[in-house]
Amino acid sequence: METMAQGEHVDPSTFYLVEQDDHGHGTGSPTVLGFWIYLMSDALIFAALFATFGVLSTSYAGGPTPREIFALPLVALNTAILLFSSITYGFAMLSMERGRVRATQGWLLLTGLLGASFVGVELYEFAELIAEGATPQRSGFLSGFFTLVGAHGLHVTAGIIWIGVMLVQLNQRGLHLENKRRLMCLSMFWHFLDVIWIGVFSFVYLLGMVR
Amino acid sequence: MSATSAVSDGANLDAELHAHGDTHGHGSMRSYMIGFGLSVVLTAIPFWLVMSDVLGNATWTSVIIIASAAAQILVHTICFLHVNTQAEGGWTLVAYVFTGVILLITIAGSLWIMYHLNTNMMPGMMTGQAADMP
Repeated sequence: METMAQGEHVDPSTFYLVEQDDHGHGTGSPTVLGFWIYLMSDALIFAALFATFGVLSTSYAGGPTPREIFALPLVALNTAILLFSSITYGFAMLSMERGRVRATQGWLLLTGLLGASFVGVELYEFAELIAEGATPQRSGFLSGFFTLVGAHGLHVTAGIIWIGVMLVQLNQRGLHLENKRRLMCLSMFWHFLDVIWIGVFSFVYLLGMVR
Repeated sequence: MSATSAVSDGANLDAELHAHGDTHGHGSMRSYMIGFGLSVVLTAIPFWLVMSDVLGNATWTSVIIIASAAAQILVHTICFLHVNTQAEGGWTLVAYVFTGVILLITIAGSLWIMYHLNTNMMPGMMTGQAADMP
């Protein structure tokens, strides 16, 4: 009886140890998974915006149609900028893995500058559209367009601010565990925005021009 | 006893480093370059088709645009976001698939319902129905 009780006492502890080891291999810090869940909920916001745009995409109200107002060369430029910023962020992550602070900062800075030029080109496009009279108030199509593309642009702006914060963090504290985790989350955020942009340029701009 | 605890401390630290993603989820130079190359191709094809109107057929152009977008989203997910069955014990993949399903239902469902609503409530249709009424 005594040994049985002892055996029972020992067994759970080994069980917990085994489970802990299992967690170490699979899940890791809960932050990364938690941030992933946030990104998925953000994707649902974009799903609602895409659905809204899709429903309103032919409600021109006698106003301009996509063919009349979209400048595809600008969109192609912006797509290229965002794609390049994705690969430069990838290089930042590879430098981080090798523990090179300066290289990580350099790639991050380049990513931030590419992001800033993306937002710059987008703001230029918006200004041109508004100057032509294609304002969000003009038609349902334009309301949906500005809301969807504007929401993506705001996300990129938030990402640029986050990159700026990380540059300062890296300068002051280097590549410790917390900063690596933050860079990991920012990496997911940045690549996620590029995925959303694939949807925007395909379904809003290209399909709009074909329609 | 102290030797044992030192060993277990070392193991814990190792596990912690491991757990914080030091060895997981960053991908390699190879995966980033493959992802970048595929993305360039999958972006160039639809832009080329639309900008120089190669096919001259709106339906087929649309189909290729949508297929390229779907393929590129998949490439980004695997090569840049590193979603796979191992990461986070598979939970990122589960969340991703779930979100994908909800996303498709939201977008396709909205378009479907609103398209039919629009068609059935066109002014011409309404007067037609009213005229048919006894």
